Amino acid sequence: MKAIILAISVILAMLQTSLAAEWSGADEQAEKAITDINPRYEPWFSPLWEPPSGEIETFLFSLQAAIGALLIGYFLGYYRGVRHARNT
Amino acid sequence: MHIAEGFLPPTWAALWYAFSLPVVAYGAYKAKKRVDEDPKSKSLLVVAGAFVFVLSALKIPSVTGSSSHPTGTGIAVVLFGPVITSFLSILALLYQSLLLAHGGITTLGANTASMGIIGPFAGWLAYRAVKGRTDIKIATFIAAATADWVTYIVTSFQLALAFPSGTGFAGVMASAIKFMGIFAITQVPLAIIEGVVAALLMGYLLQVREDVVTGVTA
Repeated sequence: MKAIILAISVILAMLQTSLAAEWSGADEQAEKAITDINPRYEPWFSPLWEPPSGEIETFLFSLQAAIGALLIGYFLGYYRGVRHARNT
Repeated sequence: MHIAEGFLPPTWAALWYAFSLPVVAYGAYKAKKRVDEDPKSKSLLVVAGAFVFVLSALKIPSVTGSSSHPTGTGIAVVLFGPVITSFLSILALLYQSLLLAHGGITTLGANTASMGIIGPFAGWLAYRAVKGRTDIKIATFIAAATADWVTYIVTSFQLALAFPSGTGFAGVMASAIKFMGIFAITQVPLAIIEGVVAALLMGYLLQVREDVVTGVTA
C-alpha cells in the first residue's frame, strides 16, 4: 500500500515538471520519426475499427484494466479465503 | 511500444509473424499441458495473464515528457517462463489492436515478438541469473523491469530494420538510436514502476499460495 501511494506521488510530481510539453504517447512520436526518416512511407493498412472518440478509447482502455484487475482481485481473495479456511 | 497498424512494410510484418506464431502456438500447447498436469496452476495462469492486461492498459507519463505503458509480462515470466508468456501477451495485444486501434493486425507479429517473446526471454534470463542468490521478490523486480525495458529496445530495432536512415549496418544503427531516443529513456521509470508492482504482487502470491514458492525456485 505504501509503495502504491509512493508510485502515484512520483507520477504526480513528474507531471509538475516543466519537461512536460504535452505528454503525448511515445508511439505517436515513433510514427513521426518514421515519417522523418522516410517521408514517402504511407501506412499500407489501417485499423479495421477505431474507437469513434477519445472518450470511447479511454473507456475501452479502462475496461481492459478493469477486466485484469477483477480477475487478479478475485483469485487473490479466493486464495486468501482458502488459506484462512484451512487454518481455522 | 506497439507498432501502429500499417507502420511496418509487408515483408517485415510477414517475417515477424513467421517468427512469433510458432512460439505462440507452442506457448498455448505448453499452457494447456501445464494446466492438465497441475490443475492448481490454472488460476495462476489467469492471474499472470490478467496482470499483462492491467499493466498494458496503463499509459503512464514519464520523465521525457511523453507517455508510454508497461508490459506486465514479469509475473508470467517468473511463474511460467517466456514461452507461455508469449501466448498470454498475444491476448492483450489482440484486445488492443481490435478494440483500441492500438498496435495492429499487420504488426501483431512484430509486437508479439517484442512484448511477448524477446522481452520476456531477456527477463527470464535475468531471473535465472539472480534466482536463488536473492529474495524472490527482488528477482521478480529484476525479471519484470528487464522484460519491460528490453521489449522497447526490441521495438526500436524492429523499426530501425524496417526504416534504416542509410545503407547497411550504419543506417540501421542510426535509426535504432533515433527510435531508442524515443522509447528507451521514457521506459526506464516505467520499467522500475512495473518491477515494483510485479514484486508486490509476487510477494502477496507467496503469502497466500505456499505452493508457488516451489514452482518459482525450482
